[in-house]
Amino acid sequence: MADVTASTNGNGIPATGLVEGPRGAKPKRTFSRGNIFLYGTLIVVAVYYALPLWVMVVTSLKGMPEIRMGNIFAPPVEITFQPWVKAWAEACTGINCDGLSRGFWNSVRILVPSVVLSIAVASVNGYALSNWKFKGSEVFFTILMLGAFIPYQVMIYPIVILLREMGLYGTLWGLVLVHTIFGMPILTLLFRNYFTSIPMDLFKAARVDGAGFWGIYFRVMVPMALPIFVVAMILQVTGIWNDFLFGVIYTKPEIYPMTVQLNNIVNSVQGVKEYNVNMAATLLTGLVPLTIYFVSGKLFVRGIAAGAVKG
Amino acid sequence: MHSVSIRSLDLHFGAVKVLQNLDLDIFDGEFLVLLGSSGCGKSTLLNCIAGLLDVTDGQIFIKDKNVTWLEPNERGIGMVFQSYALYPQMTVEGNLSFGLRNARMPKAEIAKRVARAAEILQIEPLLKRKPAALSGGQRQRVAIGRALVRDVDVFLFDEPLSNLDAKLRADLRVEIKRLHQNLENTMIYVTHDQVEAMTLADRIAIMKGGQIMQLASPAEIYNRPGNKYVADFIGSPSMNFLEGMLDSGRFTTSGETLDTTAYPFSGSTAHGPATMGVRPEHVATGHEMQSLPIQADVSVELVEPMGSDTLVWTQFAGQTFRFRMDGQAEVAPGDTIRIGIDPAKASFFDQKTELRL
Amino acid sequence: MTSTDARTVEAGNGSRPPNPLLKNLSAKIASVPMALTALVIFLGCTGWTVVHSFTSSKLLPKLDFVGLDQYDRLWSTRRWLVSIENLAIYGICSLIFTLVIGFTLAALLDRKVRFESAFRTIYLYPFALSFIVTGLVWQWLLNPELGIQNVVRSLGWESFSFDPLYNPDIVIFGILIAGLWQGTGLIMVIMLAGLRGIDEDIWKAARVDGIPVWKTYVLVIIPMMRPVFVTALVLITSGIVKIYDLVVAQTSGGPGIASEVPAKYVYDRMFSSQNLGQGFAASTMMLLMVAIILIPWAYLEFGGKKRG
Repeated sequence: MADVTASTNGNGIPATGLVEGPRGAKPKRTFSRGNIFLYGTLIVVAVYYALPLWVMVVTSLKGMPEIRMGNIFAPPVEITFQPWVKAWAEACTGINCDGLSRGFWNSVRILVPSVVLSIAVASVNGYALSNWKFKGSEVFFTILMLGAFIPYQVMIYPIVILLREMGLYGTLWGLVLVHTIFGMPILTLLFRNYFTSIPMDLFKAARVDGAGFWGIYFRVMVPMALPIFVVAMILQVTGIWNDFLFGVIYTKPEIYPMTVQLNNIVNSVQGVKEYNVNMAATLLTGLVPLTIYFVSGKLFVRGIAAGAVKG
Repeated sequence: MHSVSIRSLDLHFGAVKVLQNLDLDIFDGEFLVLLGSSGCGKSTLLNCIAGLLDVTDGQIFIKDKNVTWLEPNERGIGMVFQSYALYPQMTVEGNLSFGLRNARMPKAEIAKRVARAAEILQIEPLLKRKPAALSGGQRQRVAIGRALVRDVDVFLFDEPLSNLDAKLRADLRVEIKRLHQNLENTMIYVTHDQVEAMTLADRIAIMKGGQIMQLASPAEIYNRPGNKYVADFIGSPSMNFLEGMLDSGRFTTSGETLDTTAYPFSGSTAHGPATMGVRPEHVATGHEMQSLPIQADVSVELVEPMGSDTLVWTQFAGQTFRFRMDGQAEVAPGDTIRIGIDPAKASFFDQKTELRL
Repeated sequence: MTSTDARTVEAGNGSRPPNPLLKNLSAKIASVPMALTALVIFLGCTGWTVVHSFTSSKLLPKLDFVGLDQYDRLWSTRRWLVSIENLAIYGICSLIFTLVIGFTLAALLDRKVRFESAFRTIYLYPFALSFIVTGLVWQWLLNPELGIQNVVRSLGWESFSFDPLYNPDIVIFGILIAGLWQGTGLIMVIMLAGLRGIDEDIWKAARVDGIPVWKTYVLVIIPMMRPVFVTALVLITSGIVKIYDLVVAQTSGGPGIASEVPAKYVYDRMFSSQNLGQGFAASTMMLLMVAIILIPWAYLEFGGKKRG
């Protein structure tokens, strides 16, 4: 207790006898037990997540003899790009032997209109739902949200009939329509939440300024919503590119998307299994979404988080 | 001539009655403030006038024209919002001209009006900037400018200064007042800030629960509040209320009997349960109190020095009582002070109806 | 000139004279695609399938009602029972592991870790991949002759056995590993967003009170993150019911029928074995499963509070 009174002299400087003891920045130990555990766990888990990608890459660069001999984790002794060439241009599905390139271009042809159409429709939906509510608009929205939880299997067959009636079954546009429909719930939610977060005052100001439904949409809302359009695009490009079920149901073999063709190549029972070609094909298919993922980074995360958390 | 007239306006959101049978006439060139706490319906009323909300029943006239069913841009109004509501991707110039472009006005006329508004508001150097590059005060100026270029008869302000800090708010308040003096337009101004209301308004409409409690000049509202709610709402620190009985010129509260003969009762005979309201700044001390009919000794419980003046908390007639003293007065808890009250400056309210007596 | 009585407008979005139908006309026209999707696809097609599940449709759908026959047959089909059992095992394990791993990773990353974004990028990238890609990679990794089993054996542990894709008893766990690899990243991101949303002051208060970190997580943070957990739960379960592509790519339902799942049963019945009635009944069962999971959740989330 006496220390307390003696701790400062008149100038507020610590009195002698108390200079030792903790002072200044607290020392940090980089290798504390907690830190080792923390980083150890994170690194081990990271290795688990990264390993399949590594295996895909190294396998696709090895020749078949080397694969049969050795360790799937080992880097290639002799790098060969032959499997990539074969996967892209020569691999067979059924009687066609022109490789995955066909599926790639099919996917692109499906992707572009699907992404444009689904985002255009959903953004207008979201805008109407947040700013121009009318009698029944909330009912449609509720059904749409519930629809997101209905297993596709329940709806696929009647849609086949509908598309057949419209003459779109088995065509590219039929699949585009299906992607637009099934992308609608999540995208509408995304845009609705975004447009709702824009201050209502802005919308009111635009109305006082005499802008109508489309005027406000194109001249006020869309320019403000560019980031969310990018998020929606990322969401749709990866989603549609990765789709398998709709591709297999609603298209014919000539316009099968890449995923369907990939599965047919790898899981075909004929011939000798060429694991290096299979992995090259798998990587090729994964390349588009992976590129988007690694390039867009934060926006990708934002997209899935926005879609998920608020839903 | 009335600039804006509202006739028995009703607005219901489902079962919730936000506005009920509301009538209001606003004179040409008047500065009217709608004042009330949040949820009182003041912003809702403004949105109805603007045409941004559809009314359930009733009519709205602007310049003697029935605008009840007209679109906002057809009503001859300009509006300034609390959150500025500037279009972020357009320049200041684009923001100012957006409404005019929508109305397909000739380019030369647009340029003329934008230049004039920019001159009045002194925002000419900012015209090429985006809103993100402006300060809060500059943004609100642009927002006012957007209403200005429309060259309309009626300006609507929806809490325009609430997002600004205290100093800027005071500056812009003066500017709005100056603008009104120069333009002589009708202005309807919504706020929850009583200082803004008192300083700006020609008349204040105090709202509560979708109804207007009192519509009068600031002085009238301050000196002769029409009911207890208004009396409590206006003034800071707020009015002291003493519960008691009125009987032939005397007010009895917790054993104390006060002489109220100097109070101008509106009715001939006032008696029965009543509430006496005394503003803290109307309580006198020192030599001023010696001439007043009501005097008492009170013991100081708490002192809040505020610089310019000092607020003293005491008990009077067994009830909490605050009064204001000069900032230089030396008081400490425990002191006994003699105070005086002028009944002519007080207010009496019926305890049941809460209306002014 | 204008009569003002007897006009009713609800919540500012209702009709408005002179013609209530023309009010918001552009908005209504713009909403036609949404309305059609909601009514024709989500309500109409679902209803159509449910109705046809009570018929004897075989090659073509027809309205020849046979009561619950299709369901009787469904529940006495071994393949369907295996599918349901697989879905249950996969579902429960996937739910538990995804939540635990997802939250743990998020909590670890939330400890102000260096290279956080690098870790996060690695954990999440599988989510960007197609289930087909995931299935094929793990099919290769779990290849008994050349995959992980072979590597471990060649290291000297000759009796090591890890061939889930070729062992009917544990094949579903082989799929589970792949499923977790792809899906946990998403849940981690959601959990991390939830953790970031928690007020910093909570942590300061816990530090001042001297509560250990793990205890703060268990007693304070997790209860505060209830909505995030609920979201994660709904997300995981609705994903589980839909599982299809992964199985197709990884095992094609094999060995035998050991890794069949309901979605695959539906597809095969509808498009391969031309037994539509069975497909409809099975898909209706899937809808029922989702409803059983979803209705209590919707009740808890939205039942209490009404729109205001």
